[in-house]
Amino acid sequence: MREPVRFLRRVAVAAAIACTAPILAAPLPAFAAETPVKGGTLTAIIQPEPPLLVMGLNQQAPTQTVAGKIYESLLTYNFDLSPRPSLAKAWDISADGLTYTFHLQTGVTWHDGQPFSAEDVLFSFKTFLPETHPRARALFGRAESIEAPDANTVVIKLKEPFPAFLQAFEVSTTPIMPKHIYEGTDFRANPKNATPIGTGPFMFDTWEKGSFIHLVANPHYWQAGKPYLKDIYFKIIPDAASRALALENGDVMQSQYNDIEPFDVARLAKLPNLTMTKKGYEFVAPVSWLELNTRVAPLDDKRFRQAMMYALDRKFVRDKIWFGLGRIATGPINSVTKYYDGDVKTYDYDPKKAIQLLDEMGLKPGADGVRATVKFMPLPYGETWQRLGEYVKQAMGKVGVKVELESTDAAGWGKREGNWDFDITSNFLYQYADPSIGVSRTYISSNIRKGVMFSNTMGYSNPEVDKLFEAAAKENDPKLRQEDYSKLQKLIVEDVPVAWLLEMEFPTLLNTRVHDAITTAIGVNETYADAWVSPK
Amino acid sequence: MFNRDFTQAFLRNKGAVGGLVIVAAIILLALFADLLFPGDPWDMAGAPFGHPFEDGLLFGSDMLGRDIASGIAHGARVSLLIGLTSTVVAVLVGVLLGALAGFHGGRIDDAIMRFTELFQTIPNFVLVVVIVAIFTPSLTSIVVAIALVSWAPLARLVRGEFLTLRSREFVQAAITCGQGNATIIFRQILPNCLSPIIVSASLMVATAILLESSLSFLGLGDPNAMSWGFMVGSARTVLRQAWWMSFFPGVAILLTVLGLNLVGEGLNDAFNPRLRRKRKA
Repeated sequence: MREPVRFLRRVAVAAAIACTAPILAAPLPAFAAETPVKGGTLTAIIQPEPPLLVMGLNQQAPTQTVAGKIYESLLTYNFDLSPRPSLAKAWDISADGLTYTFHLQTGVTWHDGQPFSAEDVLFSFKTFLPETHPRARALFGRAESIEAPDANTVVIKLKEPFPAFLQAFEVSTTPIMPKHIYEGTDFRANPKNATPIGTGPFMFDTWEKGSFIHLVANPHYWQAGKPYLKDIYFKIIPDAASRALALENGDVMQSQYNDIEPFDVARLAKLPNLTMTKKGYEFVAPVSWLELNTRVAPLDDKRFRQAMMYALDRKFVRDKIWFGLGRIATGPINSVTKYYDGDVKTYDYDPKKAIQLLDEMGLKPGADGVRATVKFMPLPYGETWQRLGEYVKQAMGKVGVKVELESTDAAGWGKREGNWDFDITSNFLYQYADPSIGVSRTYISSNIRKGVMFSNTMGYSNPEVDKLFEAAAKENDPKLRQEDYSKLQKLIVEDVPVAWLLEMEFPTLLNTRVHDAITTAIGVNETYADAWVSPK
Repeated sequence: MFNRDFTQAFLRNKGAVGGLVIVAAIILLALFADLLFPGDPWDMAGAPFGHPFEDGLLFGSDMLGRDIASGIAHGARVSLLIGLTSTVVAVLVGVLLGALAGFHGGRIDDAIMRFTELFQTIPNFVLVVVIVAIFTPSLTSIVVAIALVSWAPLARLVRGEFLTLRSREFVQAAITCGQGNATIIFRQILPNCLSPIIVSASLMVATAILLESSLSFLGLGDPNAMSWGFMVGSARTVLRQAWWMSFFPGVAILLTVLGLNLVGEGLNDAFNPRLRRKRKA
């Protein structure tokens, strides 16, 4: 779960989007109707420079964007998170939800000409990824057996039903790695890591450290006639102002995540040669919140936590601190993640209600107007989170709760968060399409683990919530699953173990010459087999 | 020391008087911040990104709608508080160590000077950043860090003064009279080297204010205290959209430091008899 740390360090989460919404709605479908032109060159920003390009060894955000063109997994996902074919052309799941059978594409070769087969999949799932990739290790730990009855079929048997398993075959979670290159070697020290070999539509060409990464079209790609692009340049531009300028004058055609400073997004999106979309981040779908340590008084009282929800004007947070990027979160599950239910208790901005709840608790204001004092350790990922800290201090001050801000650096923050050494802190986590993968970890009591970052650090424990999460994770019937998730969302929203802020959104800025780039829920990390650039 | 000659010499220096006026104005602003701008400077006073004079806010509002003018007034307190306290601490340490080294000489002098050099060889700002980062940013840790990097030059200066003054006749006379070391240091020698100390202290206040501003600019200021450096630092990213957010606090820093430097120069000139005479002529 370290990916967000890197690319959100400078969290530049973005600008007045409202006015640009019509722009982004219009051009994408309009251009989709045109016929793709072959032979274009795409230039994109990559920031910060990825440490290496082997997806199985590193899944930081910039690595995913570049390596997503080189490597593939079995599936990819539509905007609504339904699976669609990639290296697997078809799949079936047994009625008991225990057996997953994947039928692989035929005629696939690795970039070095070696044939791709089910053996590579087996090697990746059983040997490579469990050793190098914590998220994949957890997923394949659920497998009883992984077998290949023939060269084009992979069968995975699970120990118990886990319907979220189908959401696991995205390229950053389970990239297929070449067996003939890695088998029997030290994966991390393999000399071939400098020249990654995958099955994707683009092959690694050159990497000028500190300057650019060049990928060229794979002439033997298994989708005949694709990719349309001749090559892709990823340009490393460390300075934010230079990035904006490069987009503005057409030197680069694409920016993603936090490449562009939030307040600059609106201005750039309005330029005639650029379009902006917020689609393509549905798979990660982060939700931001204030983490409330429920072991510490007065945060141990539900009424205090609810009072916080009423005291914070989250619309202000969205519009003024995040410059309009994001949707106000209703509860633990992002509205674009599966099994979201918006029918929960709402906490609209209402300081009077907050005061009423604090009065009810017996927290009366002292002579200085202070009812209680709590400490707040903002996430040290730059400006925006700092502003949030300042806002929370003022907003809570208005209902008589004194908030003292504490400063930390990234390493110190991680240590204190993991060791429960805080009253309140800000945080956000990726949801990875399914609540049983990315949401339950925050709220189930079995994940209260001291020293582990991004676990249930609040110490929140509700046996009913635990039971529902467990049942839902194993439930094959989507209807019954939804019922469980709806119930537990209501319970958690009533308990407020974290004060939810926003469902975070990111802007992808594209030159109007770029077409069919953002087509799936993984957005800029997609293979770009379908992307094309129209001539000037 | 502060006789009529001195006052006249100081007042004749136009720059010094200008500096004194600026510093006095800043001090008044800090003293009456609560009267001029009642309420918390962190509170939202108007719509965010308000231009100067909008919503009745003299210098406009920042990205969270906080009153910039109020921030400057309250920030003056923090800047002056940190500037003055860290200077007081640095002067106490520097004078004490310098006096001991200069008065005793020999091994004590060697030991103290090597210790002083240790601090002089590390770049000031880097050391401040490291100390504040280790002890987590708060008013106390910032004052301590700034004091810690500021005392060394003063210690050297005082040592030099003591070395020359120690062999003077009045000191010899005091020794002959049987006065104790402490008495000689504090009653005989120290009063005679006060002028360079005062001059460098006034310049140290300016340096300390700059250091504190730089720290807050980098986000290492006390997160609970409004400060000029913080205002500039937090507004620099929106410079193209909202120049006033970083401009006015920047001007405040500039004026204060300029004022203190002018006063320091003026004091220096006025204390220096030779310069004083030149000016007269």
